[in-house]
Amino acid sequence: MNAPAYNFAYLDEQTKRMIRRAILKAIAIPGYQVPFASREMPMPYGWGTGGVQVTAAILGPQDVLKVIDQGSDDTTNAISIRKFFAKTAGVATTTATAEATVIQTRHRIPERALNENQVLVYQVPIPEPLRFLEPRETETRRMHALAEYGLMHVKLYEDIARFGHIATAYAYPVRVNARYVMDPSPTPKFDNPKMDNCPALQLFGAGREKRIYAIPPYTQVVSLDFEDHPFEPYRFNAPCALCGAENSYLDEIVTDDKGGRMFVCSDTDYCEGRQAAGHYGSLSAAPYREKAGSHG
Amino acid sequence: MTTIAELPPGFADKVLSAQSTFRSVMDAMARPGSVQRIVPMAGAPDTMMRGTAAIALTLFDHDTPLWLDARMAESADVTKWLKFHTGAPVVQDSSVASFALVGDGGALPSFESFALGTGEYPDRSTTVIVQIDSFTSGRGFELRGPGIDGVATLKASIKPFDLFERLQINEALFPRGIDVVLVADDAVVAIPRTTRVVSKGS
Amino acid sequence: MYVAVKGGERAIENAHRLLAHKRRGDQSVAEISLDQISEQLGLAVDRVMSEGSLYDRELAALAIKQARGDLIEAIFLVRAFRATLPRFGASEPVDTGAMRVQRRVSSTFKDIPGGQILGPTFDYTHRLLDPSLAEGFVPDAPATAEASTAPTPRVTDILGRDGLIESSPQAEDGASVGDLTREPLNFPADRDLRLQNLARGDEGFLLAMGYSTQRGYGRNHPFAGEIRFGEVEVEFFAEDAGFAVPLGSIELTECQMVNQFKGSATEAPCFTRGYGLAFGQSERKTMSMALVDRALRARELGEEALAPAQDEEFVMSHSDNVQATGFVEHLKLPHYVDFQSELGLLRKLRQEFADANASDAMKEAAE
Ligand SMILES: [Zn+2]
Repeated sequence: MNAPAYNFAYLDEQTKRMIRRAILKAIAIPGYQVPFASREMPMPYGWGTGGVQVTAAILGPQDVLKVIDQGSDDTTNAISIRKFFAKTAGVATTTATAEATVIQTRHRIPERALNENQVLVYQVPIPEPLRFLEPRETETRRMHALAEYGLMHVKLYEDIARFGHIATAYAYPVRVNARYVMDPSPTPKFDNPKMDNCPALQLFGAGREKRIYAIPPYTQVVSLDFEDHPFEPYRFNAPCALCGAENSYLDEIVTDDKGGRMFVCSDTDYCEGRQAAGHYGSLSAAPYREKAGSHG
Repeated sequence: MTTIAELPPGFADKVLSAQSTFRSVMDAMARPGSVQRIVPMAGAPDTMMRGTAAIALTLFDHDTPLWLDARMAESADVTKWLKFHTGAPVVQDSSVASFALVGDGGALPSFESFALGTGEYPDRSTTVIVQIDSFTSGRGFELRGPGIDGVATLKASIKPFDLFERLQINEALFPRGIDVVLVADDAVVAIPRTTRVVSKGS
Repeated sequence: MYVAVKGGERAIENAHRLLAHKRRGDQSVAEISLDQISEQLGLAVDRVMSEGSLYDRELAALAIKQARGDLIEAIFLVRAFRATLPRFGASEPVDTGAMRVQRRVSSTFKDIPGGQILGPTFDYTHRLLDPSLAEGFVPDAPATAEASTAPTPRVTDILGRDGLIESSPQAEDGASVGDLTREPLNFPADRDLRLQNLARGDEGFLLAMGYSTQRGYGRNHPFAGEIRFGEVEVEFFAEDAGFAVPLGSIELTECQMVNQFKGSATEAPCFTRGYGLAFGQSERKTMSMALVDRALRARELGEEALAPAQDEEFVMSHSDNVQATGFVEHLKLPHYVDFQSELGLLRKLRQEFADANASDAMKEAAE
């Protein structure tokens, strides 16, 4: 039997070239979804194969990789992807946002502002922002070509007519560089403003749907809205119970079956950093004792 | 005639050199006007700068039709080296090329002769790689657009002299258009189709 | 006191150890060998090779063992391995007309040149559980005869001689054949890519789609022109050598459906084709594939395309079980960040609803 032997960062060089070419086009046409021949990865479609392929195509031995899912480095899928790259590329990994050069994420943008030396790689399930309004690729592609986004505005407006608000809480559509309407991946709309004029390069990989797209650094990203119904990022109105942060996105933790709730930062690195710096919330939780980088 | 054995070598470490070169090109594309260095060295046939050679080894293969300008095409070593190391098919029709290699910018054909992409697939366009003299001397240019924090300044001695005037077609064409990669020795600057350039004169 | 959950890494390791233990099952029972899977669960191996797009019985058997018999999981394992293999090129087209036929049936003619050959089939078995298989079963030796040297021309070729069936659409000489594992798929897709998609497609999905055409959702009046199963030679044209080099032989099942004729002012009426092909013996798959292939040719044949099976974006986007299972199952990954955002919005809307009702009630009370 042929014992499988795998390349640096798993992908073969021909596949990396193909993905790299797609990434360059994606950067050149901000917000446009570049089709690419996504490969079968050793993890299921829908579990980050697009992000993994993008990361594998850019990652080098000097990089320091951080992987988060739901804002946390310790969710099982984040661990699994981090281990995959530690094993196949031998790169250093970290949980500290500030130390990372490449951050692969599912569903969150770190709270800490990103810098010019970082690349944020998003895992994307459905890259097409118009897909839920029009299931046909042939149609949505035509709409993007003509910048014909009336349908999206109608949908948002119907929400307002019905609920008094735009009833989209996550994967809230944005317009990139005043041209393409783009799906930011299923991040909460709280994170949308972080995409605008961001110093870091943002790359998006959708493996099953075979699309790569990008937002170059310092690019205008506007959440779709109406003059009389401006975009509002949602945040539960409470400080983090662990670090007291007033401006971070919060997870709601159910503490008992009698309606007990507490709210803590979804970005675990951010929360730990604040606690280490002496910030405490109403609930004086013990600071983390694990050493940084203990996740291999 | 050069035999294959006598051709300049490719990357010493194919995997890591391609990765490093790609990151330089990606950074160049993401930050138009910034000068990025290409570190890994491969042998380069005459006419081809070492930066160009590294980019070719990193991005070209069987799937990327390649157009060569007369300066590049006249060198048997260049075509042989490209075929041997990348396998990219050389095409005469520039409008179907994924990449164009331009050794003599003075004779750069009109951008309209390259693939500009379509409204549905603007990515199906030619990336034009132009070898230039220098990023340390020459005229100054002010660049704006995605990837640039306000204004970037580029100093470059470029042929054709009216390159940026010609690139104004990108404004009307967008999202179709041409992305240009400028190479001077081991330095690379990218001008994607979103970049708007004004000459500072001097 | 609340501390955010840690230790996910240990949990994953432990889960995988437990999985390995469960996979082995009761260790007082003999371990199943790859040979046993390959020899005794041969049709499972065939399916994994077909939908995994890799002709390798041993690897498919390994995948089935590793996947605890979950065939979609096994297909996924094979695909992920296949994706890492270097590509040297495409083989020459195989000649199924020259197949060493083990089974061959046609429903359109009582007898055909080369004969109807039943071969190894479940057809006409009575589906009664057979207790003698439970242990130590030794089958009777199969009946044998001199191998026939009579040619077994394809039924569609026989029909084609009289012009009764459309000629098989031919690609231009030297035209490259698409490969959706190497190139991103665009719509509308040509038949080469459609057939590739169907060949890799989930047997259950194709079965349901094909079945729906029989029930009137895009009916195309099919006859099973011919189903054949046997061995064919695979050759590769080596540029260095300048000639085709034999690589070996593989088992294939081919189904050619003959469908209701069409005609126009310029073309005489003739039967049309639907095509199915799979590795190994897989009649359900190839017959379903042939029905769906024919349904997807609606556009090309100028038919109205209203049924799901005629909709190539719908069929091709949902036929792949590795893609489908990944996305369906990804719903078990944590989504609590989005859920929180949705929860916040819902609470806000409910509050506004309650406030509006309360103020309405106040107004009514005041009137
Ligand atoms: Zn906190």
